[in-house]
Amino acid sequence: MSNHLTHESEANMGQHQTATAAQPAAPELAAIEFEPLSRGALIARGALGAAALYGAIAAGPLVRRAFAQMGDGDIEILNFALTLEYLEAAFYERALDEVDLGSETTEFAQTILGDENEHVAALEKTIDSLGGKPVTAPMVEFPFSDEAAFLKLAQTLEDTGVAAYDGAAPAIKSKELLATAGSIVQVEARHAARIRLARNEPPAPNAFDPTLTQQQVLKAVAPFVKS
Amino acid sequence: MSDTTTPEEQDSALTRLTRDPISRRRFVAAAGGTTAISALLVACGDDDSGSSASSDDMSTTTTEMSRSNDAIAQFGKGDIGILNYALTLEYIEDDFYSDVIESGLFKGDQLALIQTFGKDEAAHVAALTQTVRKLGAKPAPKPKTKFPLDDAQSVLELAATVENLGAAAYLGQAPRIESAAVLAAALAIHAVEGRHAAALNTLTEQSFVPDGAFAKPADAATVLDSVQPFLVG
Repeated sequence: MSNHLTHESEANMGQHQTATAAQPAAPELAAIEFEPLSRGALIARGALGAAALYGAIAAGPLVRRAFAQMGDGDIEILNFALTLEYLEAAFYERALDEVDLGSETTEFAQTILGDENEHVAALEKTIDSLGGKPVTAPMVEFPFSDEAAFLKLAQTLEDTGVAAYDGAAPAIKSKELLATAGSIVQVEARHAARIRLARNEPPAPNAFDPTLTQQQVLKAVAPFVKS
Repeated sequence: MSDTTTPEEQDSALTRLTRDPISRRRFVAAAGGTTAISALLVACGDDDSGSSASSDDMSTTTTEMSRSNDAIAQFGKGDIGILNYALTLEYIEDDFYSDVIESGLFKGDQLALIQTFGKDEAAHVAALTQTVRKLGAKPAPKPKTKFPLDDAQSVLELAATVENLGAAAYLGQAPRIESAAVLAAALAIHAVEGRHAAALNTLTEQSFVPDGAFAKPADAATVLDSVQPFLVG
C-alpha cells in the first residue's frame, strides 16, 4: 500500500462510517486499477489483449466447444466450474514444477494446489453421481517464467474464479450443490486474498465481490487454453 | 445459462416471473457482468415483495437446522429474516472496526488495512439496510457492542475470529435464501468476508484456509451464541 493511502487514511480516522455503499473500499487504489472500466470489462478487455498477444485469437471455438460438452442445468454449471478448477490446478502445478519460487510462495502455492485438486475431485464425482459426463481437462499454457509474473497471473485467476462462482451460483437449482459451490467460492476468495497480500495488493479490493458470466469467464481464460 | 434451459424450466421461470418481482430470470437479465448489489437494487425496483419459490429443492429438517431457523425467526420471515440477521452481524463488525481504529493500537499499513475492512463492513450495513427497506420491511436495530481491545496482537486475533465467523455465517444462510437476487448479494458479501478472514489469518500466522479446500458453514444459533459476549444491554 502506498504512503499516500496510509497518510490520507490516518487523516480520515474515525470518519469511515460516512462511507456509502457505492464507494469502492479503497478509492485511490481502485482509481489506479479499475477506472474507468468495471472489473468485468477490464477482464474481458484483458482477454482480448492477451489473445492478440499470444496469437490465440480463436477464443470463439473454445467458448463454443466448452458450452457444447457441458450439459444442462446444474450439470452445466458444475462442468463450467470443473473447467476452471482444472485450469487452476494445472497452473499451480506448472509453477511449482518449473518456476523458482521463494519458500513462503512455495508453501501457499502447495496449499492452494491441494485445494484445487480437491475441488476437481469433488466436482468430477458430483457430476458422475448426477448422471452427467465430466468435461475433459483442457491443454493449457501459461505465460510466466518468474515468481512475480506467476503471482500476478495467480491473482487474476483467483479473482476470476470468485467472480465465476458467484456469477453462476444463483442459477444453481439444488440447495446441496449451492452449499458446495459456496464452500468452494469462499476458499477461492481466501486464495485470492493470500496471493494479493504476497503482492502488497489490497486483499479485498471491493466491498462487494464482482461477478462474471460464463461467457466472460471463458473468454478471459481462453488465452491459456491450447486445445 | 439461459440458453440451455429446457421448455419445462422456461415454463417455471415464467411462472415465477409473473408471480414474483425478483424472479431469477429478471435478476439474471439485470446481473450480466455487473456487481450483485447493483443488480439486486435494479431487480428489486420499487416493488415491495421479494421471494421466488423454490419448491424443487430438497429440504433438510435436522434438529440443528430447526434450532437455527428459530434463531433467525426473531429477525423476520424468509429472506428478510436472513437479511436482518446478516445486518446485525455487519453492525457488530462495523462497530468493532470503529472501536479498533479509535483505540490507537494500530498505525501504518495495518491501520490502513483495518480502515479498509471497516469501510467494507459499513458498505455492507448500508446495502443490507437499503435492501430490507426495498423489500418493504424494517431493518434490524443496531445492537450496542463492547470489545476487549487490550493489545494489537489480541485485537488482530479477535478480528480474524470475527471475520471467519462472518464468512461461515453467510455460507450457512446461502442455501436458505429464496430470491436469486438476494442470494447473489449475499454471495458478493460472503466472498469479501472470506477475503478479510484470509488476510487476518495470514497476519496472525494462522492458515488462510483453516477448513481446508471446503469452507465450513455455521448456523445462526451458533453464530449468535458466539457474538453474545460482545453485546451489551
